[in-house]
Amino acid sequence: MSLTRWALKKSPWVYHVALSPCNNCDIEILDLLTPRFDVERFGIKLVGSPRHADALLVSGSVNRHVLPRFIELYKQTAKPCVVFGIGSCALSMTMFRDSYNTVGPLDKVVKEIDPNAIIAYVPGCPPKPEAMILGVVKALQTL
Amino acid sequence: MAVQGILTVIKFVVIAIAILVLGLITSWIDRKVTARIQARVGPPWFQPIADILKLLGKETLVPEGAGRNVFLYAPVIGLAGMALAAALLGNALISPEVGFVGDVVVLVYLLVIPAIALIIGASASGNPMAAVGASREMKLILGYELPYLIVIATVIYKTGFTLKLGDIVETQALDGWNLWSISGVIGFFILLLSAQAKLGLVPFDIPEADQELMGGVITEYSGPPLALIRITKTMLLAVLPLLMVTLLMGGVQFEGLSILWGFLKYLVIVVLIVLIRNTNPRVRIDQALKFFWGPVTALSIIAFILAYWGL
Repeated sequence: MSLTRWALKKSPWVYHVALSPCNNCDIEILDLLTPRFDVERFGIKLVGSPRHADALLVSGSVNRHVLPRFIELYKQTAKPCVVFGIGSCALSMTMFRDSYNTVGPLDKVVKEIDPNAIIAYVPGCPPKPEAMILGVVKALQTL
Repeated sequence: MAVQGILTVIKFVVIAIAILVLGLITSWIDRKVTARIQARVGPPWFQPIADILKLLGKETLVPEGAGRNVFLYAPVIGLAGMALAAALLGNALISPEVGFVGDVVVLVYLLVIPAIALIIGASASGNPMAAVGASREMKLILGYELPYLIVIATVIYKTGFTLKLGDIVETQALDGWNLWSISGVIGFFILLLSAQAKLGLVPFDIPEADQELMGGVITEYSGPPLALIRITKTMLLAVLPLLMVTLLMGGVQFEGLSILWGFLKYLVIVVLIVLIRNTNPRVRIDQALKFFWGPVTALSIIAFILAYWGL
């Protein structure tokens, strides 16, 4: 295992991307970053710019309006990076599946931008912060 | 002569690396103490190293419309200035008899270089957030440098116009610490606040302001250049408390147990910085400027006058 890979696992900086969510997942993500769950134990830190990010926490089914912004944002992120689909919407678009404005799911959108992208999912509507920690740690162990 | 020159260069590099290691330890202490204050467990000991290694292994992105060379070289210049400052200070602490008259002045100049390099880099990145951050950083430098310089002038006056770091340490070994006087105590607190602003920590993290400026001056940096900026900040975190120990608290003696005593003095200053950082909200740039040019500068002038009266 190379040193930089090890470092990437030990210090994933996350950037919060909301792609037309209903905000429940976002509230849970913000809960996750409070002192109570202390994600700094795993080196996880919220950063303000996608340039610094190693992991994009994406919530919501992707719709037409945010798609160009997400493509731009994914290109701005320094690689290697991991895309986390947080919540059932990012996973399967749930009840918005047949909606006229939905272009998701997330993995299809991301694979169109970058075929080699690393994508991980945390299901739940919304997932608990504990589930997100478990998901992020498990996904990073497989790197 | 040439051999001696090479040896000096090697010594300087080793000292700079030692200061970097000290900075990494300090950075971990900072984060751990912060975590304990917030009733958390906090990061493991290797966290600062992992952060830097990770950034070194990532991709470097140069934004469209950025001045490519200036953007990429600015962090290198900042790190070069910082490393030289660290080597100069460490050299003066390890062997006080070596050094030259006026190295305090050189050190003060070198310590501004990282901030100026950041401003240049941010301005070259072509990002509006970075531009706002750069303008704030510039104002902040104007703010904190004035009282900072007056306090350093006070210290120089108190030690009988010695412009050599080694001599300042030796004078204090003979006459007692500069801290043990009214002007010394005032100077200590002013240096502490200026260090806070120089390090870009709360309450003076206005140029980086994560919540409003998305990182401000460092918004567009990614990968290795960001790692260089982190290294510079880490070294600064070690150099500023060390400078305070040197100027006011009798320096660090490298003989047996006195190293521990020196480290304790250093640690007290670091913990004070962390406590200030964790118990204050961020101020606005105009408030910061008013604060530094108003009460703080007035206090520093009072400290100088008190030092003139021998207090």
